[in-house]
Amino acid sequence: MTAEINNLPDADIEFRDVSKRFGDVIAVDNVSLLIKRGEFFSFLGPSGCGKTTSLRLIAGFEQPTTGGVQIGGTSVIGVPPHKRPVNMVFQHYALFPHMTVAENIGFGLRQRKPKPSRSDMDKQVDESLEMVRMSGYGNRRIWEMSGGQQQRVALARALINRPTVLLLDEPLAALDRKLRRDMQIELQTLQREVGITFILVTHDQEEALSMSDQICIMREGRVEQLGSPRELYDLPVNRYVADFVGKTNFIAGTVSQVSGGTITLETEKGMSFSGRHSPETKMLSPGDNACVAIRPELMLIGSDSESAADMNTDIALSGQIKNQIFLGEHTEYLVATDIIGDVLVLSPKYIESRHKGFGPGDRVSVGWKNEIALVLEDS
Amino acid sequence: MTMRLYTFAVYLFLYVPIGIIVLFSFNSGRHASDFQGLSVKWYGKALSNPFMMDALTTSLIIAFSAALLSSIMGTMAALALQRIRGPLKPLFDGMIYVSIMIPGIVIGIATLVALVTVFDFLNPILASVWPEGANPPKLSLGYMSVIAAHTLFTMSLVILLVRARIAGMDRSLIEAAQDLYATPWQTFRLITLPQIFPAILAGFLLSFTFSFDDFIISFFVAGTNSTLPIYVFSSIRRGITPEVNAIGTMVLAVSLILLVTAQILLRKNTGKSSAAAE
Repeated sequence: MTAEINNLPDADIEFRDVSKRFGDVIAVDNVSLLIKRGEFFSFLGPSGCGKTTSLRLIAGFEQPTTGGVQIGGTSVIGVPPHKRPVNMVFQHYALFPHMTVAENIGFGLRQRKPKPSRSDMDKQVDESLEMVRMSGYGNRRIWEMSGGQQQRVALARALINRPTVLLLDEPLAALDRKLRRDMQIELQTLQREVGITFILVTHDQEEALSMSDQICIMREGRVEQLGSPRELYDLPVNRYVADFVGKTNFIAGTVSQVSGGTITLETEKGMSFSGRHSPETKMLSPGDNACVAIRPELMLIGSDSESAADMNTDIALSGQIKNQIFLGEHTEYLVATDIIGDVLVLSPKYIESRHKGFGPGDRVSVGWKNEIALVLEDS
Repeated sequence: MTMRLYTFAVYLFLYVPIGIIVLFSFNSGRHASDFQGLSVKWYGKALSNPFMMDALTTSLIIAFSAALLSSIMGTMAALALQRIRGPLKPLFDGMIYVSIMIPGIVIGIATLVALVTVFDFLNPILASVWPEGANPPKLSLGYMSVIAAHTLFTMSLVILLVRARIAGMDRSLIEAAQDLYATPWQTFRLITLPQIFPAILAGFLLSFTFSFDDFIISFFVAGTNSTLPIYVFSSIRRGITPEVNAIGTMVLAVSLILLVTAQILLRKNTGKSSAAAE
């Protein structure tokens, strides 16, 4: 009882030391987290990281081996899926093939007690169809619908029940790129309109970054980092997160000196590189394995003759362009440097105009300022 | 070319006798070996023969009851079996196939022995517990024993068909129903049952045909009752008449219609579900 009073009033979902084992496999390993009401929350990670199991623990398809799960301040341990105030959009939609679009959408309402009146149900189904821009499709069969339409029907079928939380299990994975982009925007708009908590499971970092308020990055059943997309991108806790969220260049080495917020590493070849200590990372001390992480868009590229001072950077390394991809607003260069191997540089248009432009095989300098380099735990 | 000729010969060997039965059922003459012209008079004769109609009624009642029972029990068994994991699974799987492959004569004898033993054991007990004056029931071979024996061997067919359908079913449909507040019973009634129903119906039709056509098992356990195949068998001993041919042709026609219907049900069903999965 006291536990419920102590709960933050705006906490919708809470995991307390939740673990889930399947035989010898630990799918979720001692996870504690809090999802606020009205938030767009994402579980992000590669397959097998425990993100889907976490979602299924909320839906009630799985029960935790140990730990507690609360929805809206009430423990749901032992509560079967059909008694939970959450609804799910399944990966392959799981629409009932023997029912029409309208029958699918109205399914949740028909199971309600007391059962709403016929006219009331029809009205709500029509409204839901309108919400997902599918008015007039009510009497169609499921297999007549395209992938995007099935996706919308699945959304309407879940949202018509006005759940506390909407769970989305890789809902866009089956759609083609263009449609996925459209549906991402639609989902975001919908979430703001209905104002309920959305919990998304995805392995697509771009999708998670562009849609979520909060992202939980998982790895082997544990929470690696939880934060806003900006926090994860700018201040990753370790190499794994930095590597998973966006592209990053890493220089591995051993910590040689720690002074204030600046950490210096020494690479195997005896080179020294410095960077800021990421506030999210645990404190590093000399002798620890670590890495310097530099985002490609924070690097500069210049002609071979330019020094660090010419480019207004702290570091300048010479190398040769291995590959070049023109992306419109940017150009992406893969540069084979002489001392730290391949480096990815993302060069915006206005910088590109500074020089004549480079091509594969050209000798170039790449540079960066120490203040934009982050020193991270190398794991 | 030789392969084709060979195949042709095999089919000829298989189907010519059946063709001849069908042809001679329309014979206007009274001898099975002498075709004298087309007529349907033997059909009329067969259908107005009270012994044959009795046997037909018996067969229909038995086939319908056995098919109904094995559809219900087979479906229940299939639903239960899909949950079995571990070392018991291959054992149960194997037992289903074995019960299909056991020769009819073995099932016939085994069921006969089992039933007679049970009856001999139960009848005195029933007689002793029955109230004084009232006639105690006497268990004996008859409709019920044939229905029981037929249910036993047709149930495996239903299990196989329904289980294949369950295996092909998208598990997330069941989870989706649960997620949308359906209780386990509602989930079964609204989702699982409609999904597997074509397989159950196909199983029913196949069971009906197998039971309706069965001679060996019925012969052992039917007691004094005659099913249609038993009647045909006993009338053949008095010589093959065009009337027997007419009965054979009718049985053949009904069986074929049921088998084809079952096939269509099974095929249509898989086509629909794969279209929905796309």
